[in-house]
Amino acid sequence: MKVLVAIKRVIDYNVKVRVKADNTDVDLTNVKMAVNPFCEIAIEEAVRLKESGQATEVVAVAVGPSNCQEQLRTALALGADRAILVETDGFAQPLSVAKLLKGVYDQEQPGLVIFGKQSIDADNNQTGQMFAALAALGQGTFASKVEIAGDTVNVTREVDGGLQTVALKAPAVVTTDLRLNEPRYASLPNIMKAKKKPLDVLTPEALGVEVKATIETLRVEAPAERQGGVKVDSVDALVDKLKNEAKVI
Amino acid sequence: MSILLVAEHNNATLNPVTRNVLAAAQAIGGDITVLVAGAGCGAVAEAAAALPGVAKVLCADAAVYGNHLAENVAPLIAEAAAGHSHVLCAHSTNGKNIMPRVAALLDVNMVSDIIAVEGEDTFKRPFYAGNAIATVKSSDAVKVVTVRHTAFDATAETGGSAAVEALASAHDAGVSSFVSEEIVKLDRPELTAARVIVSGGRGMGSGENFKILEGVADKLNAAMGASRAAVDAGFVPNDMQVGQTGKIVAPELYIAVGISGAIQHLAGMKDSKVIVAINKDEDAPIFQVADYGLVADLFQAVPELESKI
Repeated sequence: MKVLVAIKRVIDYNVKVRVKADNTDVDLTNVKMAVNPFCEIAIEEAVRLKESGQATEVVAVAVGPSNCQEQLRTALALGADRAILVETDGFAQPLSVAKLLKGVYDQEQPGLVIFGKQSIDADNNQTGQMFAALAALGQGTFASKVEIAGDTVNVTREVDGGLQTVALKAPAVVTTDLRLNEPRYASLPNIMKAKKKPLDVLTPEALGVEVKATIETLRVEAPAERQGGVKVDSVDALVDKLKNEAKVI
Repeated sequence: MSILLVAEHNNATLNPVTRNVLAAAQAIGGDITVLVAGAGCGAVAEAAAALPGVAKVLCADAAVYGNHLAENVAPLIAEAAAGHSHVLCAHSTNGKNIMPRVAALLDVNMVSDIIAVEGEDTFKRPFYAGNAIATVKSSDAVKVVTVRHTAFDATAETGGSAAVEALASAHDAGVSSFVSEEIVKLDRPELTAARVIVSGGRGMGSGENFKILEGVADKLNAAMGASRAAVDAGFVPNDMQVGQTGKIVAPELYIAVGISGAIQHLAGMKDSKVIVAINKDEDAPIFQVADYGLVADLFQAVPELESKI
């Protein structure tokens, strides 16, 4: 079974983002970029499937500007066999990304497509589900466990209040949640080897997809700051405040 | 304008977050139709019909919708969306699972997790883990939107008397099936609906140590939460996670114990009315948002707190 892993280049999760002074966007000038953390979990899951003999090939795919090649190289260093960049001007909106990935899916014919559940920049949590709808595939979103049994993919999902397990007919779509696995770090020899692995670049035209933006960002602002309160020096003082000042207990 | 509101429910009862989504729908304005898709969900449809300001309830009661499988429910919603300007749903795990699929079937983009309605096509939503708020305008023919329920005050439960219309359609995509469910049965309120939440972080040290929070939670009839660090460390399950990538909560009282206050966590709880932080590190960022901070060893402070409330 071939596994396709969709990844996104995002701001490194350790970087504190700031809103631009003109309120048009957040300021990404000279900030460190990385593979979206949920996508790292997706790569790890695919590589583990290959290591356990259940996957034959792992193909990493990204949609975005040419510098996304850096993150695809990271995926290759983590164990993907080859990579595909669908090169766009800037980052396309989720429906267009899903359509472009559908184009790649049609060419590659994988048995499983793994996404991160959401990117930590846009926080949309949409692309995997949109792709699954376009490809008419079953989806196991927010996965904490993935098991392949013949033509069935059993996915345990993190849902409100607990866990749900669904059985999907392969090919299927999985989006990863935090507890699915703990991603490895790329070793230096693997980083060197990754430089020689194949990375193809496709265009939206070649996939026959028109990239369209239908959501316009009018303004970006910093959230209202919450004012810090007081420090109390004892549990007694805390209980007193909660009872008599805040009146919440 | 005409809004299709997808009800959140478990086939037996209407989830109260539906009333928060209804408030968002009323802020947009126009006729509101509620869609109840499930199996044996007649009581839910009745409850939806009693909500104030609802014009009509559509009830699709069929076995294939019983477990809310996105593959089956999404085509139903997309079909029911015909003639509506908006499709709204809670930004719950269910809403997140199903609504992007609906949007793709309608060939439109989607606006996730709105916290304010600025106009019929313009909404505010947080991104970058809540570090920035975007005002976005959708030019799509149908606006598919999920709503952060804590950002809208729930409507009343009753006051309306809409007609319930049965939908005969039963889509079975045939690509997925329900296997099992482990819904944690709690004696406590659900996280997103609780008046008081007691949360633990990495400072708890182990899953076993979360037990000391239970005493406080019991006394306050509180839900129990956790930070991503505590979930990552394997102390507690993911469904307890409060934060941008977990649950967004806004209780009257939030007690953060051994939580440093990473941005990702703050994004999930900073709209709480009163925040209490107990942490031994006096420089922990949680103290910058806490109304009441107590610098103390949690293993002494928490049992003491339990005995004094």
